Amino acid sequence: MKYLDEYRDPAIARGLVERIRTVATRSWALMEVCGGQTHTLVRQGIPELLAGSVELIHGPGCPVCVTPLEQIDRALSLASRPDVILASFGDMLRVPGSDCDLQAIRARGGNVRVVYSPLDALELAKNNPDKQVVFFAVGFETTAPANAMSVWEAHRRSIPNFSLLVSHVTVPPAMEAILSAPESRVQGFLAAGHVCTVMGYTEYEPIATKWQVPIVVTGFEPVDLLEGILMCVMQLEEGRHEVENQYARVVTRSGTVPARTLVEQVFEVGDRKWRGIGTIPMSGLRLRPEFADYDAEIRFGLSDIVAEEPKECRAGDVLTGQIKPTACPMFGTVCTPSTPLGAPMVSGEGACAAYWQYGHGRLEGTSMTAGAQ
Amino acid sequence: MSTLTHTHEPAPSAGTTMANGASCAVPHPATTHVQLGHGSGGKMSAALVNEHILPRLGNSVLDRLADAAVLEPLASGTRLAVTTDGFVVNPLRFPGGSIGHLAVHGTLNDLAMMGARPLAITLGLIIEEGLAFEVLDAVLDDIAASATAAGVRVVAGDTKVVERGSADGLFITTTGLGAVSEHFAPRADAVRAGDVLIVSGPIARHGMAIMTAREDLGLGNAIESDTAHLGPLVERLREAVGEHVHAMRDPTRGGVASTVNELAQASKVGVELEERLLPIPADVRGACELLGLDPLFVANEGVLCLFVAPEAAVRALAVLRTHPLGAHATIIGRAVAEHAGLVVLRTGIGGRRVVDMLPGEQLPRIC
Repeated sequence: MKYLDEYRDPAIARGLVERIRTVATRSWALMEVCGGQTHTLVRQGIPELLAGSVELIHGPGCPVCVTPLEQIDRALSLASRPDVILASFGDMLRVPGSDCDLQAIRARGGNVRVVYSPLDALELAKNNPDKQVVFFAVGFETTAPANAMSVWEAHRRSIPNFSLLVSHVTVPPAMEAILSAPESRVQGFLAAGHVCTVMGYTEYEPIATKWQVPIVVTGFEPVDLLEGILMCVMQLEEGRHEVENQYARVVTRSGTVPARTLVEQVFEVGDRKWRGIGTIPMSGLRLRPEFADYDAEIRFGLSDIVAEEPKECRAGDVLTGQIKPTACPMFGTVCTPSTPLGAPMVSGEGACAAYWQYGHGRLEGTSMTAGAQ
Repeated sequence: MSTLTHTHEPAPSAGTTMANGASCAVPHPATTHVQLGHGSGGKMSAALVNEHILPRLGNSVLDRLADAAVLEPLASGTRLAVTTDGFVVNPLRFPGGSIGHLAVHGTLNDLAMMGARPLAITLGLIIEEGLAFEVLDAVLDDIAASATAAGVRVVAGDTKVVERGSADGLFITTTGLGAVSEHFAPRADAVRAGDVLIVSGPIARHGMAIMTAREDLGLGNAIESDTAHLGPLVERLREAVGEHVHAMRDPTRGGVASTVNELAQASKVGVELEERLLPIPADVRGACELLGLDPLFVANEGVLCLFVAPEAAVRALAVLRTHPLGAHATIIGRAVAEHAGLVVLRTGIGGRRVVDMLPGEQLPRIC
């Protein structure tokens, strides 16, 4: 596939691995922010290939994982109502709330629909005028424009039976929260290319300066990630701390202005609770007062549903690089993707789930033998 | 389409015990109600079989969880194989086939995987009130054509009509009866370290044909299902390298990954897969990328996975390639003595990862 195969080319990737290993004079601790990047790295076995030169700390950028427990409970409560169709991205269906998940609600007769776009949910609302259609609007800045568009369109087309259950979070405040934690070991960041496609990267420049950390806007394919890592390592070796753009084929400094404008018209910044981390000030998006009619929390009076997370979960330590997922005593015993205790085990993109799925911990002490042919 | 899916891994338990000794009061929802994931061919399917069916119905034949059951020899010495299967695909007709083709091919393939030649099949039709006769007749024509091509007849059947809403158009159940060939007995637990893993053709086509037809992704040319009767291919293998084929299975629901895991666990060997050798057609790869799915876990209906002794691998490949269904047969990995029960994939760039069975349904990702 054009524009994909080039960024998965094994020879180029192996060359970059070699260069990183040559350039690094010590082991650097880098955080990839985005769960999609964690997924590619672990799936490709890259952490093992870079051991000794780069330690990858897996960041909190998995929207499914960081959606707070009480917001899941609110979705479950909505999906259980006979007058509601709850529309959601597919991977939210397995995220456990306090006592079950959306799949279980669906199995008990709840009307839960998987959609690929919030605009599909809007069509559902138009075609089911006797039902309330709620779209579970989760995600980072990446999914915010489409979600904003659905509200904008509902308003423009006067579709009254549509609303959003909003759980939007933003990346820069989370990076600052991680850097300000006294135990943080992060020396450089790979910023999430998709988020920067929308937002650009001017927000990251003051962070790089204030905390003296290199930040490289990075794509999602193996070659992108290895190149982003190399750029970050070169900055560290040279004592620089700048914002650089590895993903220049997609990202510009100011981002996608029409998308940003739409997001700003529909959403405003507010405090937001992150699963596994807690409340981070000014780290979320919520609907502006003029769009409050489309806020499912208000329409259905959900604010009294609150929940606390299990204390045994060490997600916070994983997300700040204190421990690897496999070092948590709950990992793989009590806490598995079928019975997750906390955020990073919840979605396939969470660090714990990626380690579980791709077998880290089970492969230790073994080596790959010669090729199959 | 194996009758029952099996894994040796323990299923997630209800009422998880926390570190402080307290017990979580709420049972995991997957243990109280049947979910779609119980039909995925992954770990939840295994839990359905191991925790609900086998404890109540298990016996020395059923417990083997083979594609088809091989019965005690008759007085004549003939050994019969029997399998039963259900088909619930939506849409009923899709690029490359229909539920009718699937019903015949799936049943005959279960027999073929046990080295059995088909003798007869039976058919149960559960029809939803309101189904157009035009649709029903077309499906029956597909059943007739597939059965005739395989030289087998539908010898008994049953029809039921249920109220609108109690079924999704048409459900089909089948039973297949076959005679086991002598001197050919591939078994799930007979893979040996050193065996070479071959797939008979491009993978993940059936699942993506269904999924793209269902989602109307507007991808241009439709991906066609690979639905096919594998019997003739198996017959050629049996004649040429029969005694060297240690294990053989068609990777239907759950895909190549689930099938190879089942064989690795049953045989207590490790398996190494080579990512660069996996035959994934470009259109399938594109659709999987779009939906965030892994082709290793996507269903096939006309592909064979086999573990063959290394000295016979080249001959096995050659003989597979003499048949149109095996024209693109290729080696994708091998069995090893290390990491018994685990399937490990070497990535294109030289890293590695475990390829595990899926916990439940494969769900499209947000981003």
